[in-house]
Amino acid sequence: MFGYYLNLALRSLRRNRVLTALMVLAIALGIGASMTTLTVFHVLSGDPIPQKSDRLFYVQLDPETRDGYKPGDEPQDQLTRFDAEELLRQKKAKRQAMMTGGGGVVEPEGNKLKPFTVGLRYTSADFFPMFDVPFLRGRAWTGGDDDGRARVTVVTRELGEKLFGGSDPVGRELRIDGHALRIVGVIDDWKPAPHFYDLNTGRYDSDEQAFVPISTALDLKLGRNGSMNCFGRTIVNDPTAQNVPCSWMQYWVELESAGDAAAYKRYLDNYSEQQRSAGRFERPANTRLRNVMEWLEFRQVVPGDVRLQMWLAFAFLVVCLLNTVGLLLAKFLRRSGEIGVRRALGASRMEIFKQCLVEAGTVGVAGGALGLVLALLGLWAVRQRPAEYAQLAHLDGGMLALTFVLAIGASLLAGLLPAWRAMRVPPALQLKSQ
Amino acid sequence: MEIRPILSTLSRHKTAAALIVLEIALTCAILCNALFLVAQRLETLNMPSGMDDAHLIMARATGIGTQVDANARTREDLAALRAIPGVTDVVIVNQTPFRNGSWNTSLGTSPDQEVPTLNAAQYMVSEGTLKAMGLKLVAGRDFQPDEFRNTTELETATDASALKSPLILSAAAARKLFPDSSPLGKTVYMADVPLTVVGVVETLVRPARMGGNRDYSLIFPFRMHFANGGIYLVRVADPARRDEILKLVDATLEKVDPNRLIRPSITFSENRREFFADDRDMIGLLLIVCGLLLLVTALGIVGLASFWVQQRTKQIGIRRALGATRGQILRYFQTENFLLATVGIVLGMVLAFGINQLLISKYEMPRLPLAYLPVGALGLWLLGQLAVLGPARRAAAVPPAVATRSI
Repeated sequence: MFGYYLNLALRSLRRNRVLTALMVLAIALGIGASMTTLTVFHVLSGDPIPQKSDRLFYVQLDPETRDGYKPGDEPQDQLTRFDAEELLRQKKAKRQAMMTGGGGVVEPEGNKLKPFTVGLRYTSADFFPMFDVPFLRGRAWTGGDDDGRARVTVVTRELGEKLFGGSDPVGRELRIDGHALRIVGVIDDWKPAPHFYDLNTGRYDSDEQAFVPISTALDLKLGRNGSMNCFGRTIVNDPTAQNVPCSWMQYWVELESAGDAAAYKRYLDNYSEQQRSAGRFERPANTRLRNVMEWLEFRQVVPGDVRLQMWLAFAFLVVCLLNTVGLLLAKFLRRSGEIGVRRALGASRMEIFKQCLVEAGTVGVAGGALGLVLALLGLWAVRQRPAEYAQLAHLDGGMLALTFVLAIGASLLAGLLPAWRAMRVPPALQLKSQ
Repeated sequence: MEIRPILSTLSRHKTAAALIVLEIALTCAILCNALFLVAQRLETLNMPSGMDDAHLIMARATGIGTQVDANARTREDLAALRAIPGVTDVVIVNQTPFRNGSWNTSLGTSPDQEVPTLNAAQYMVSEGTLKAMGLKLVAGRDFQPDEFRNTTELETATDASALKSPLILSAAAARKLFPDSSPLGKTVYMADVPLTVVGVVETLVRPARMGGNRDYSLIFPFRMHFANGGIYLVRVADPARRDEILKLVDATLEKVDPNRLIRPSITFSENRREFFADDRDMIGLLLIVCGLLLLVTALGIVGLASFWVQQRTKQIGIRRALGATRGQILRYFQTENFLLATVGIVLGMVLAFGINQLLISKYEMPRLPLAYLPVGALGLWLLGQLAVLGPARRAAAVPPAVATRSI
């Protein structure tokens, strides 16, 4: 029967081309707008490190003075240098790393290239295994390099190729702000999006080209980037000094399993209380331990405008569907006579209902196909914009399938009411008026 | 026009009528909110910075490695830039309006205040900045030459008294700190550091919105240097020559010290345009969606009205045979549409306020001004009348003879 109904549907749709085109266009516009915004939202709210995002945790402590303290207040987003170094020294998690963003001027060897600025990341050895950073050549630096403030660095493939062309950068020197660092490793393309481990130096796109041990960077006083918050009444001359009330360090830990979070949280609370009895902290333990997705959610990494655009598109889709309901109703009831004849010839109400839904579904498939084209066009337009996430806006297989599911589902939903009305057309009345 | 027959006809087509009403209501609600969002973004886009935007160029240089005497090099830069023909003033500042990333500080009116009165943007400027930026002094005075100090001196200060300084406030910050009295001569505190208010400027917006605020700003007489984040602000006499002077600015900085990275300088207007690119995109998008919404709704009205006309061809013929004029038939359908649109609009307004409440709670939107409602209503009435005109004219063209034919 399905084949026959499909045939009937196509005939009926051909009979009134303008009305059919209107319905297909309405669904296509609604689907196109929804899929464009939904894809952007999907990409921006994605998991940057799915294999272990539930085992990676971001640490927050509350080192502020008693002034203005209210229980339940959110602590600062970042740690002080002192606390980050102390937690790192105590090594209570499987892996842990402190980090901050930075930047400097690279002076290439020879005279072929002019000096240029690069984004840097200062961190400790566990950063690479903890975040599964893929190495192309060489290796990460070691904990010993951290302790010894070794003059070493890990560069991206891009920077390596820019400086040394085809030859192996490992063992060569990188000159940053007048200091020579030995390259020990080259990482392959690695751009987690969102840039979850530090949302202050680009939420989706960062220009990090080289990694330097944080002890080395502090020793050489390399320039830092990102957010810094100094608190309390002490006058701070050098906010990057070891024991000053300024928070500017990100601190991530990897635990054996997600279940270990409670124990680690207790350790943080204990640490906080110890610091309070030592007189460094003034507030009761007020710590947070969030895994990757909780952290992204808390920092509201998806721009408000993107959410707003998505809701707007869905509201638009609802209007388009209401429109389709109206047009389908008109279309089916206009054929009351035909339906009456079918009913009189023995078709059950259910059969009429099915026939109408097949017709609605056919409109949905056509609308979905056109909607897909519109969504691809919409995403292309998004990629032309200057927003930092623009380059991420691509349709993947899942979203492609969802486009058709949404289109057909929406058109069937729109067809329900008209089909129900059509199946209740009384056969006798229609035949009488013929 | 008698509306009772219209109502009785509509009551026999409840589903279709309800669909049209619902579609108009949703369109009205979305339209009001979307247009309000557009108006809000436009206001942000056109927000005055407080400066003479069209006269300003921003330039930056970065040192390579440790700088031996960055203050001296900065003085050379300033002198060289001032010598460019067409340039009237050059100053160095730590930040300007419309930039991401900003310097901020908290202020209170007494040193032992637990919670500060406000958080404000901290502008640090060199001699002549008020004039160069074009800020309007509304009370008090500009800084005097002996009040300026280098930021490098402050970096080594160890006690609060060494940091005390005169201060100029934006009018908004002055009102927040001293709602009832003149701020001039008063002392405010940055933690324990006492600062004396010497002047108030009308407007100087913050680099970017912070904690929902855009216009609390403080100006300190502290000179930056090129290597610690200082930005040269070059004021040109004639905005039309900005592009030409832009190139000279880069070349001049390069000439003073070729061993630096000169970031390509940019006019302040261009900086502003880039800063608000996302807002402009959002405005474009909202307007496109509004247009599509109106189009889809209009097509829906055309579709259903055509169906009704076709369905009622016989009744129309009978009415015509009984003496109804074409005009009366036309007006019948127009009135019907007007009634449906009105119900839709009333529903839509309630819905519009509902959506607005949601936006208020989620996106810190202000309340929807009542003025948007009559505009939305008028728009949809017009749209409905335009959409129904075609089908109504076809109805009016039905000849009375139809009544005598059986279908």
